Amino acid sequence: MFWLTSIVAIVATLLAISRLNATHALLYLIVSFLSVAVLFLQLGAPFVAAIEVIVYAGAIMVLFVFVIMLLNLGPHAVEGERQLLPPHAWIGPGLLAAVLLLELLMPLSNNQFIPTTGTAKHADHSTIPTIPTEAAPQLQERMVVGPKEVGIKLFSTYLLAVELAGFLLLAGLVGAFHIGREEPRTSAKPGAMEVPSQEGPA
Amino acid sequence: MLNYLALLPTLPLVGFLILTAFGKSLSKRSVVAIGVGSMALAAMLTIGIAIHFLSAPPPGHVFEQHLWTWFQVGDLAPGFSLYLDALSLAMILVITLVGFLIHLYSAEFMRDDDAYARFFAYMNLFVSLMLILVLADNLLLLYLGWEGVGMCSFLLIGFWYKKPENSKAAQKAFIVTRVGDTAMAIGLFLLITQLGTLDIQELGVRASEKWPVGSGMAVAAAALLLGGAVGKSAQLPLQTWLPDAMAGPSPVSALIHAATMVTAGVYLIARTHALFALAPVVLTAVMLIGLLTQLTAGISAVHQRDIKRILAYSTISQLGYMFFALGVSSNGAAINHLMTHACFKATWFLAAGAVIIAVNHEHDIFKMGGLGKKLPVLFWTMFFAGCGPFFSKDGILAEVWFSDTGGPFLWLLGLFGVFVTSIYLFRLLFTVFLGPLKNDVHWKPGLAITIPLVILATGSVVGAIVEYPRLLGYHPYATGTEAAHASPYLHAAIGKIAVGVALAGIYVAYRLFVRHKHYEAGEVVVPHITLRMRRLFAAGWYFDRAYHAAFVVPFQATSRFLRSELIDRGYDAVVALVQTGHRQIRRSQTGRLRWYAAGIAVGAVFCLGAVLL
Amino acid sequence: MNPIPMEQSLMVAAMLFSLGLIGLLVRRNVIFMLISIEIMLNAAGLAFVVAGSHWQAADGQVMFLFIITMAAAEVAIGLALVLRLQSDLPTLDVDAMDQLKGGDDA
Repeated sequence: MFWLTSIVAIVATLLAISRLNATHALLYLIVSFLSVAVLFLQLGAPFVAAIEVIVYAGAIMVLFVFVIMLLNLGPHAVEGERQLLPPHAWIGPGLLAAVLLLELLMPLSNNQFIPTTGTAKHADHSTIPTIPTEAAPQLQERMVVGPKEVGIKLFSTYLLAVELAGFLLLAGLVGAFHIGREEPRTSAKPGAMEVPSQEGPA
Repeated sequence: MLNYLALLPTLPLVGFLILTAFGKSLSKRSVVAIGVGSMALAAMLTIGIAIHFLSAPPPGHVFEQHLWTWFQVGDLAPGFSLYLDALSLAMILVITLVGFLIHLYSAEFMRDDDAYARFFAYMNLFVSLMLILVLADNLLLLYLGWEGVGMCSFLLIGFWYKKPENSKAAQKAFIVTRVGDTAMAIGLFLLITQLGTLDIQELGVRASEKWPVGSGMAVAAAALLLGGAVGKSAQLPLQTWLPDAMAGPSPVSALIHAATMVTAGVYLIARTHALFALAPVVLTAVMLIGLLTQLTAGISAVHQRDIKRILAYSTISQLGYMFFALGVSSNGAAINHLMTHACFKATWFLAAGAVIIAVNHEHDIFKMGGLGKKLPVLFWTMFFAGCGPFFSKDGILAEVWFSDTGGPFLWLLGLFGVFVTSIYLFRLLFTVFLGPLKNDVHWKPGLAITIPLVILATGSVVGAIVEYPRLLGYHPYATGTEAAHASPYLHAAIGKIAVGVALAGIYVAYRLFVRHKHYEAGEVVVPHITLRMRRLFAAGWYFDRAYHAAFVVPFQATSRFLRSELIDRGYDAVVALVQTGHRQIRRSQTGRLRWYAAGIAVGAVFCLGAVLL
Repeated sequence: MNPIPMEQSLMVAAMLFSLGLIGLLVRRNVIFMLISIEIMLNAAGLAFVVAGSHWQAADGQVMFLFIITMAAAEVAIGLALVLRLQSDLPTLDVDAMDQLKGGDDA
């Protein structure tokens, strides 16, 4: 089950980054996100699975769709994209990413960087009631960290970070509004962005 | 009344702040009201404090006012504390009273100047800092005032900064005094590290406990403080700045470069006398410096043509007398002379300023003459004021005769100085005011100029008779030797010989400069000496030239050498290296986003690789 | 259902991350670059959740929430930029936007 979901996620992602048409890519990306959400469920994290579906696959993707709609990318865009993406462009980045992947997988394979579950449980002084005891390791598969625990953690230990995240969102909102606003400009030449246009009515 | 002591430096400071902040928008009348008014209040307050201090003396004849602790570093916690005793009382009387009169005079003297408010702002600031200097109870606060008045002196010498030579004179004064101030700063550091305090009274106690008389540390500390005093009081060998400082307006010369700031060195030595007493070598040096200074400066004064330079050399010479007295541990005599001299020299500078205006900004005394009939007030105030200091000098000379380190020989040299003094003073007076009239005079001094002159001249004459320090409970000869007290009449008689010599000097001056037949041609300054010597004296013994050759020329040569050669090459190599590296690295700055992302990825690969391997 | 081994989950996360990186480096279209960044962020979030699940702690999920918040803000700004770029220089080719590299003077 886990492997199936993982393969779906990876294949969908691979397809998403290689599509020429942006809308197709988005559809594959949604598939990828949905499979990651399923992975979350399997990992015992139903809350973030829901969040993944709602926010990532829902809200953020809708933003993309809107923008693509506004940009009005048609078949000619696919042609242009084909020109921008010759096959040999994949070689260098592919190698680089392969090396990085190798480096990421190396410590996983020989286990040296991951402490065992038992010692970690000693180190954890958290009061969350769902922490399993050492006496019942077989219960681990049922151990689901639900929204309640996440909420308690979020609004106790990470309260300051939550507020900072609020600031970040506000800044994103203001920034997006400011940047995306259409300014009345006489000409939109390629070099025009270097010179801020100050020709207001005053 | 004594509790208002802290107001004393505050009043001129407030005046300074107001004039600085609003000076441009104020009318001249309100500038005078603030600038002179703050000084008038300070003067009245000082008189009140003096009366209170003398009629109901505080315990131990010392009044201390702790305002706040300046800062605290380890054990060192210098306070913003004022210390009033007879010595500082004498100084604040001179500063505020003479200062007030000079401010009053300036109100008329500077009337046509555009930067009226700036002038009074600087003057008020100066008075405030000078008061802090003399009232400070620790050397650090004293040093604050010390550097502050140095800065004001710089600002006021260069007051007419549009003329480059005035700015140069200001810089010279600042730099030359800096030599002394640096020595003094080192002295302060020495005292902090060795004795752990800067409180003046505490210093005296601890030093005499810790250091035996004549020990190396005591000599070093006293010598370094002496360095500061020598710079500030324009003594040999740092005297060269004072004649050039005459570039400032005359009231500035009167206040800063005659009456108050230049006496700060005298005050410093008198104040830290306990330290100097532990270093007899340094005291002897003080005496010799004073003696040499007063002789060389006096002889130079005889050969000047510029009226203000004569007075500048005269000031140096009179300060030399004060050092002379300090050197034989006769602080009272020094302070007595300081007070009389303040009145006398302020009068002369102010009158000289008036004369210069009257003759259309002519400085050369040989282009003046016969002004006595046109400007009688100036003549008579100068004449009477000029008599005052001879009487305070006789005290110094008597002390020298009786002191251990002095003796009849030094006394004789001092006496010769008195003779020279009367010659150059009355040479100026007779040349400018007697003889045939040479100038058109369309200008009469007004009341604001006349009144200060008359009061100051009176002060000088009265001071000669009553000896001000005696009035303040600071006996003129209190620190003198027992021999003097054993025979007060002999003391007085030996002193009074100086007065006789002075009178002889006046007579000689009269014969030389009024009656001499060559003199009217303006040729002969003092007869019977060679031209070469005359040039030597007129140029102030070539000190400027020597310093120029000894310091300025080598410094310039070194800097020229270093600018073109050697070390530059090293820097050039660094520049070339940086430029090459910059050219290489800026190639990576392509402006292409994907390139940067790849850079980040490669960096991540390398970092991870480094962790794994 | 056996508990999912941590190593394997992390391998999936690493693969997703590498794929995102390839996409970021290969594609010249700004929209695809943004999509690739989303993939990489998602992979990082996955790694957090895996770790949280491994130690039965809620912290991993909390971190994922922060990542998703950041991703939302970033996408909003990024897409606003895309719109502006499209109207200012009518292309989405990121290599055409290299004015910031500066002039050629030393």
